[in-house]
Amino acid sequence: MLEATQTMTTKIMSPINLLHKHQKALAPIISLLLILLVTAIITPGFLHLRMIDGHLYGSLIDILHRGTPTAIVALGMAVVIGTRGIDLSVGAVIAISGAVTAVLTVNTDFPVWLVILCALGSGLLCGLWNGILVSVFNIQPIVATLILMVAGRGIAQMITEGQIVTFHSDTLNAIGNEFFLAFPIRVWIALALVLITIVIMRKTALGLFLESVGANVRASRLVGIEARLLVLSAYLFSGFCAAMSGIILAADIRGADANNAGLWLELDAILAAVLAGASLAGGRIYLALTIVGVLIIQTLTTAILTSGLPAQYNLVVKAAIILAVLLVQSPKTRQLLSQLFRKNMDYSA
Amino acid sequence: MINERNLPIFATLIVFMMLYGFGMYEYRGFRDTLVFTNLLTDNAFLIVTAIGMTFVILSGGIDLSVGSMIAFIGVLMAYLITSLGLHPLAAIAVAVLVGTLFGAIMGIIIAYFDLQAFIVTLAGMFLFRGLAYLINLNSVPINHPFVTALSDIYVPLPGRGGLTFIAMAMLTLLVIGIILARRTRFGMNVYAIGGDSHSAALLGVPVKKTTVKIYALSGLYSALTGVIFAIYTSSAYPLAAVGVELDAIAAVVIGGTLLSGGVGYVFGTFLGGMIQGVIQTLITFDGSLNSWWTKLAVGGLLLFFILLQKGIVTWAKRRTSPT
Repeated sequence: MLEATQTMTTKIMSPINLLHKHQKALAPIISLLLILLVTAIITPGFLHLRMIDGHLYGSLIDILHRGTPTAIVALGMAVVIGTRGIDLSVGAVIAISGAVTAVLTVNTDFPVWLVILCALGSGLLCGLWNGILVSVFNIQPIVATLILMVAGRGIAQMITEGQIVTFHSDTLNAIGNEFFLAFPIRVWIALALVLITIVIMRKTALGLFLESVGANVRASRLVGIEARLLVLSAYLFSGFCAAMSGIILAADIRGADANNAGLWLELDAILAAVLAGASLAGGRIYLALTIVGVLIIQTLTTAILTSGLPAQYNLVVKAAIILAVLLVQSPKTRQLLSQLFRKNMDYSA
Repeated sequence: MINERNLPIFATLIVFMMLYGFGMYEYRGFRDTLVFTNLLTDNAFLIVTAIGMTFVILSGGIDLSVGSMIAFIGVLMAYLITSLGLHPLAAIAVAVLVGTLFGAIMGIIIAYFDLQAFIVTLAGMFLFRGLAYLINLNSVPINHPFVTALSDIYVPLPGRGGLTFIAMAMLTLLVIGIILARRTRFGMNVYAIGGDSHSAALLGVPVKKTTVKIYALSGLYSALTGVIFAIYTSSAYPLAAVGVELDAIAAVVIGGTLLSGGVGYVFGTFLGGMIQGVIQTLITFDGSLNSWWTKLAVGGLLLFFILLQKGIVTWAKRRTSPT
């Protein structure tokens, strides 16, 4: 009898254990589903998908489409955050890479692949600059990347000579707006980038090394990890991602706007990584969940727009959500809650 | 006299004098007092924000919400005056109180929930910008005789220059800031926390209470900036002062305050703000350079001062450590 009860409890407990094990993963996913559900109830037809000429259309596809640039930037940001860093310059890098794309398309006969390579190269250069300041000169990441955040838009304006440069290129237009196998091409690009990054970070030792550098630089040096090179490569990757996002954003509007391209995107990217449970103190990141974080932000934005609420609610709602998530994540809150819980337990006992 | 603590501020002073001297040498118009008093007026809002930011950075934190706060307070003030018919003085009092309160709330979250200042003030940045949008989406003029009278105050100086109300308000707030930092217990606590918050706590510094006060002070100064900005432009606009937090941080760093906290002077921040103003004025005087050169020059100066600080800190460590 007793044994039977015990097996019963283990059987009941096991899904709870499973939940407990993946608790971190659940919060963002459940939040995303909840937001989708609420929006679907408020706005009829929100979940509706239509197939027109082999292209999927609907609010859900729109969320994917619009979320792509942020998702790519957030991927790089998550890797940087994993090394206990932060990259504030991604917005400026987006502007630079967009400017390079536009100016090279308009002023030179470069084939498109070369233009794209040059734009990605400009992002890598920016990443190299940030990485050297952080890893070689040991400057705090917030400060080091602040320099490029301030000066970067100036560089982008210098490249476009202060104008909004518009261009025409069929390939770039395809990257910005066209479809492949029912989904927008840019979503496929983002998906490929995310999958490659996850494989590299989770199936090779590189991810482990990066997180260990974020968790404890000195200890990881002692076990023989080349911390400087790893930190440098994290900023290189972030620069690369930002440049990729810059190309997509420029291709989307067929022009480069040095002042407004990617404005405040760094904040959304940081927010997505934090929503996913990344610790700004370094040492742990969740790449797939970061994408879920981006989708949460984008769904909220789209939901607010389609629900008929004025667009200006967007920022207030976003702020309220960040604060709520931060307070829930804070160890102090957990301490307080567990104290309350314990008191109640004592009381009932 | 010159040690590693005040070397950065001397560098700031030298950069300022070199830039200003270059302007005076190159352009006849630059020698008039008008240029200097215009610098005071045009950069008043940046300098006032940066003074509040100095305290935050001295304590080892950062406040990203100041730009949005300026816009929010301006729009709130305009709403109170034009829609509710409040007297500007009452509106200013309410707006400044609201700003200080919001700053204090951010301070409480940072101090008592052990969260990073960076991310909390980032949320504040979204919140205040959003609140500004909620009150008003458009640019509203503030046409009240009292506000016009304030912006008309002008004390002529020798030459063609003169002090406006805004410039005088900035200078007053600067003096208050300097006294607060160097002559009060609060100021000493700020330096102690920035130097080493753990040791400060062991020495009996009320770290949490002081942290709340620091962010409340930053909220107060950026709210006052919002008021100054509204008087300066005689209007309020929810998209005003985008990116001012970066300029303010740049002013503090160029002014010689260590971003790791504990070392720096409020007066240096004043110089840092003025340097940005001089660069802008020089570019205007030149006429052939474009506005983006300001961003590049400020970015370059930022890099120079950060590397200078780094060098000084390394040098000081090497000198004090026995090895």
